[in-house]
Amino acid sequence: MEVINITGTDDTPSVVLDKDKGIFLIQGRSLPEDVTLFYGPVLDWIEQYGEDPNEKTDMTFKLEYFNTASSKVLLDVLLKFEELKEKTDVTIKWCYREDEEDIKEAGEEYEDIVEVPFEYCECNEDWSLK
Amino acid sequence: MGRISASQDFLEFAYQLYHTMQANEINLVYEGVVTQEITRTFTALTEKNMAKNEESNQVQRKVFNVMVECLQNISKHADPMSDDENEERRGIVLVSHGDESYNVITGNVVRRDKKEALERSLQRINSLDKEGLSALYKQQIKEGKISEKGGAGLGFIDIAKKSGNKIEYQFKDLTDDFCFFIIITTISRN
Repeated sequence: MEVINITGTDDTPSVVLDKDKGIFLIQGRSLPEDVTLFYGPVLDWIEQYGEDPNEKTDMTFKLEYFNTASSKVLLDVLLKFEELKEKTDVTIKWCYREDEEDIKEAGEEYEDIVEVPFEYCECNEDWSLK
Repeated sequence: MGRISASQDFLEFAYQLYHTMQANEINLVYEGVVTQEITRTFTALTEKNMAKNEESNQVQRKVFNVMVECLQNISKHADPMSDDENEERRGIVLVSHGDESYNVITGNVVRRDKKEALERSLQRINSLDKEGLSALYKQQIKEGKISEKGGAGLGFIDIAKKSGNKIEYQFKDLTDDFCFFIIITTISRN
């Protein structure tokens, strides 16, 4: 399956979606001018992945900041994974840097809405695990 | 003669502006078109200033957060006073800080017919505590759709959540059809 590998910028996150390597990652800042344009291909990819997913899918979020328009689309991303939970063992790895309680709370709010298990990982400034 | 006194007036204005900004500890003041580019520049500038002042990461992130939402509100929702719907969205932006807090102040023109709905929405948000805001946020994120303008209807809720303070606002009458809408968000420093 095609690999998505987008390098992050000041207002868009890095995205890696690689079925063969089992890497599913959104990392960085998300405040694009047009969220639909940026996340469209990501949502399409997950949809396609759902046709023949791996046994296990660990979707990792390492977000530094996201605006409210992105938060809506990130919910759409999570809901796409929720749809797959019959076919693959989905876990959301929600990483946040120390002292960034707002990001952790955002994860908890998503967890209340989406029926997929969340795991929280507190990280250092460089995203290494604490 | 006229030209000399006009330029004298401007010099005086610049000097007064300098004093006012110093006295009120204003870090940034702007009036003009607000675009994604401007949003990126202003937030980067403010971040740099806060980092230089060794502001805590948490406060930096909150100020950044509030600025992005306020600026994107202008770039998506400010109404042009001309008939040209494509005219770029403009507004004012002020960021100031004191010992206790940062203030992010933004203002823009809105059509008078939007005033009531804006007021209702802000009054509701200001009546809620942290849990109430979280519940409203979850409801809106589930039910809302990304609008044509690219917003999710979550901006004010998020501003109130992140700042932890009430959003102060005011509408000033401009013409029969338009008013100037100002909001002040305060982010406590500890």
